[in-house]
Amino acid sequence: MPDSIRLEVTRYRPDTDSEPQRQEYDVPLRKEWTVLDGLNHVKNEVDTTLSFRWSCRMGICGSCGMNVDGEPKLTCATFLTDYAPGPVRVEPLANFPVVRDLVVDLFDFMERLPRVKPWIIRDDDVTEVDGEYLQTPEELDAYKQFSMCINCMLCYSACPVYGLDPTFIGPAAIALAERYDLDSRDHGARERLDVLIEHEGVWGCTFVGECTRVCPKHVDPAGAIQRYKLKAAKESVKAFLLPRGTR
Amino acid sequence: MTEVRTYRRPMSIWWWTKKRSYFVFVMRELSSIFVAWFVVFLLLLVRAVGRGGAAYDDFLDWAASPGIVVLNFIAMGFLLLHTVTWFNLTPQAMAVRVHGRPVPPAVVIASQYVGLVVVSAFVYWLVTR
Repeated sequence: MPDSIRLEVTRYRPDTDSEPQRQEYDVPLRKEWTVLDGLNHVKNEVDTTLSFRWSCRMGICGSCGMNVDGEPKLTCATFLTDYAPGPVRVEPLANFPVVRDLVVDLFDFMERLPRVKPWIIRDDDVTEVDGEYLQTPEELDAYKQFSMCINCMLCYSACPVYGLDPTFIGPAAIALAERYDLDSRDHGARERLDVLIEHEGVWGCTFVGECTRVCPKHVDPAGAIQRYKLKAAKESVKAFLLPRGTR
Repeated sequence: MTEVRTYRRPMSIWWWTKKRSYFVFVMRELSSIFVAWFVVFLLLLVRAVGRGGAAYDDFLDWAASPGIVVLNFIAMGFLLLHTVTWFNLTPQAMAVRVHGRPVPPAVVIASQYVGLVVVSAFVYWLVTR
């Protein structure tokens, strides 16, 4: 095994650069080092001006997502040895505007997320003061997979639909809507459907399926979106066929 | 809050050639055109049959011309791609439950192939009996 590997890092300094440039750094190649460790080595030892986001280093916080050799990855879970002998291309997540170097602007998503109302909605007056909302293990299993999302944005980076049409509400937001729809304590499915039935909602998706493939938490946003389409289609058929009172 | 100058990277119109999975996706979408072609082909066949023996023979001659044979050969390839890719995607789109228990994806996929074989056998029987 060689003792170093080359990182080809995309740099963008908004005050001086008109477009992103590529800069190369050689970092030690160690068995236990991830791409994030390589970047931290650069930041600490070589070039303190390099900017990137990270926090937990254990695949929970979802902040270190970047494109590694063109694939959206959590850099804290992507080992340098898997890319040996290199070089390894490290770029900011695709489909998002770049703020600086490897840092992308997530404003769009932050603005969009509350629109799908990812919280428990009740249609009665029961509140937590009246006691817990009880749930069986089976009821928990129904939505658990979709609750694993860490908002790392890898799915948005992998989604060509979002790249071509940034008004598309996107995989993670729809998966979260599904997470609450499937929750036995929730009564908000109708409200969410009203948002997601719009053009920029579920119908924007063409089922490329890349969101599911890149998801580090196995959430399966593509599956959630297709199930939503089925739900939306059923509602439309019902609205067309049934008299108002029975819907 | 100060205004941040961000850089929006342009997306190439060739994005779908950059990754194998994107390419397969675009081919899968393209396959719909060939599915539509086979529907048209079948309707032309039905019309020829309805018009009697001479029209049917003309149809067979036309269908055997090299251009149509090549087109149908390509269309068949796309049709297979269409079938396989959509069958594989079905368990993701439909969470099938029997007696409250989720049906494993492999069973959902296999049942579609069984359905395909049954329908094909029925059509074969209908045409050749």
